[in-house]
Amino acid sequence: MDIFLQQVINGLVQGSVYSMVALGYTMVYGILGLINFAHGEIVMIGAMVALSVIQLLTGAGFPIFFILLISLMLSMIVCMIIGYSMERIAYRPLRNAPRLAPLITAIGLSIVLQTLAMMFWGREYHSFPPLFTNDSVHIAGAIITEVQIIIIIVAMSMMGGLLMLVHRTRLGRAMRAVAENPSAAALMGVNSNSVISITFVLGSALAAIAGIMISANYGIAHYLMGALLGLKAFTAAVLGGIGNLRGAMLGGLLLGLIESLGAGYIGDLSGGFLGSHYQDVFAFFVLIAVLIFRPSGLLGERVAERA
Amino acid sequence: MRNALERFLMIDKRNAWLAFALLSIILLALPFAIDGLFGRGWVRVLDFALLYIMLALGLNIVVGYAGLLDLGYVAFFAVGAYCYALLGSPQFGIHLPFWIVLPLGALLACFFGVLLGAPTLRLRGDYLAIVTLGFGEIIRIFLNNLNAPINITNGPQGISIIDSIHVGGFSLGRAQEIFGIAFPAVHLHYYLFLIFTLLVIFVSLRLQDSRIGRAWAAIREDEIAASAMGINTRNIKLLAFAMGATFGGLAGGLFAGFQGFISPESFGLTESIMILCMVVLGGMGNIGGVVFGGILLVVIPELTRHLAGTAQQALLGKTVIDPESLRMLMFGLALILIMLWRPAGLWPSSQRRRELTASAPPSV
Repeated sequence: MDIFLQQVINGLVQGSVYSMVALGYTMVYGILGLINFAHGEIVMIGAMVALSVIQLLTGAGFPIFFILLISLMLSMIVCMIIGYSMERIAYRPLRNAPRLAPLITAIGLSIVLQTLAMMFWGREYHSFPPLFTNDSVHIAGAIITEVQIIIIIVAMSMMGGLLMLVHRTRLGRAMRAVAENPSAAALMGVNSNSVISITFVLGSALAAIAGIMISANYGIAHYLMGALLGLKAFTAAVLGGIGNLRGAMLGGLLLGLIESLGAGYIGDLSGGFLGSHYQDVFAFFVLIAVLIFRPSGLLGERVAERA
Repeated sequence: MRNALERFLMIDKRNAWLAFALLSIILLALPFAIDGLFGRGWVRVLDFALLYIMLALGLNIVVGYAGLLDLGYVAFFAVGAYCYALLGSPQFGIHLPFWIVLPLGALLACFFGVLLGAPTLRLRGDYLAIVTLGFGEIIRIFLNNLNAPINITNGPQGISIIDSIHVGGFSLGRAQEIFGIAFPAVHLHYYLFLIFTLLVIFVSLRLQDSRIGRAWAAIREDEIAASAMGINTRNIKLLAFAMGATFGGLAGGLFAGFQGFISPESFGLTESIMILCMVVLGGMGNIGGVVFGGILLVVIPELTRHLAGTAQQALLGKTVIDPESLRMLMFGLALILIMLWRPAGLWPSSQRRRELTASAPPSV
């Protein structure tokens, strides 16, 4: 029982990171119908910037809370700038181009971002400075660390905030309008260009936070960390129904749970034939199964036909 | 073949024979010319370019003709390569000749194509993309981990000492002398790959003009209208998957025989994306464009690998940026700039161009 609970907790922590990144994919997809393949790299840049800031400030004797706040702010700002310029340079000129063209620029962008990160931070794995004590809470035999509690709280409040923003504010209404029909929204006086820019900026800010959270949880950061994470997060977005905010959150959490439970029990289930290194396969199998039985994702609307 | 060539080069009938003769001479002499001018390493690059052209043409059937976005194409390449490697290496002690193993690998890849296609082809657009991506990753992870408890693929170490491609006593793995001319191994592989590439180009051209090719185009443009016209969309899409996979498997077998060593590392997502880039960058659906894209994406990284170091030395007198980083940076930027400059690819098919200039939203 305690192993089960432990895996659930690990899954929830991992899942909330996936959810945060998946939101970035799903928001952009909802509005532009575009897979922003470079989103995973923004997560990585967020983690790396925070890492550098923390390393810089730890020696100076500031309080931990202050260091954390500054690093969070700075990495969010850097990621927002990158997200904004990414849209302006690589996606906006191609808005009426064939649908695969922005995919290629996205791939180009992610190669460029990865290489730049490698040049700045090197090829080695960086150990993320431990910011929190190793205090942990024991719940019914399972252990949850302070970092993990913070991750879950931050992720939940961020996602709640985003839902509020999209469903309660004027800006959110504009975003939904552009997603529904860009030209009709433009006729109603919505500046769709700035709405799209804001979407990228918001997604990038979430990605920065996600990057810091995942690095803090595992204690490492690496210039290639964004690739697989982005892939999984995109999977999560599709799982929940791409273009749907609640779907991305649900998909992320589910994917996290599936992975950790799958990895935990696959050995027993297959009689020792398959080990926990099949974790990634497990996630993809579930994804394929879900899509076969529910092709629009868990919470996705049934779209009649996409042109 | 001649008609195909006319269409391919868009020239009129009278000049076709001349062009055919010229092209043949150029293609036959190419490895010797490159060997003499730039060195043997570049002949190897040429061999790889041919392999990638085969792959890109295979993917072009799925993406360019049928309009199905496949992000896990390299899985079929892997299937072909591992089939060849397992049946022609000391791994199991089986040494079957390549003319049995190669078709077998292509057939197995075709089977995998159907296996992936059958349940997933109901999905549209990006959902299909992510499922194929997942499939590619699944194959790679299995190749990586199938070394325990029973050692099948030898895990991350990969399989080495794979038999070279040979017929009877004639092996492509070492230099041979034919009619008094010495042919090094890379040259021999070049000619073999050239034959297969031409075969793939020929099949692609014939497919394009066939009933099936028109059905693919119809599905790409409007699936509902196509099925209303009596096209069995599921079977035709499945056929595209199977065809593309077969070419992938074929290229995989050749790759294994050429390299003599394969490991799961060669079959990652980046490879799939690279092949997709060739198709899109060159011009989807246009065979000439895809061939051009394949050559470009093999040659650019090689060129930048050589130039990145030396150019810095010459211009600045020292190495400011590590050449490997600069190479990747230039490659990424090239992808972005080419797409911004020509969103439909460098050499788009005429049909696609008409679609793009029309006001209707383009598909895929």
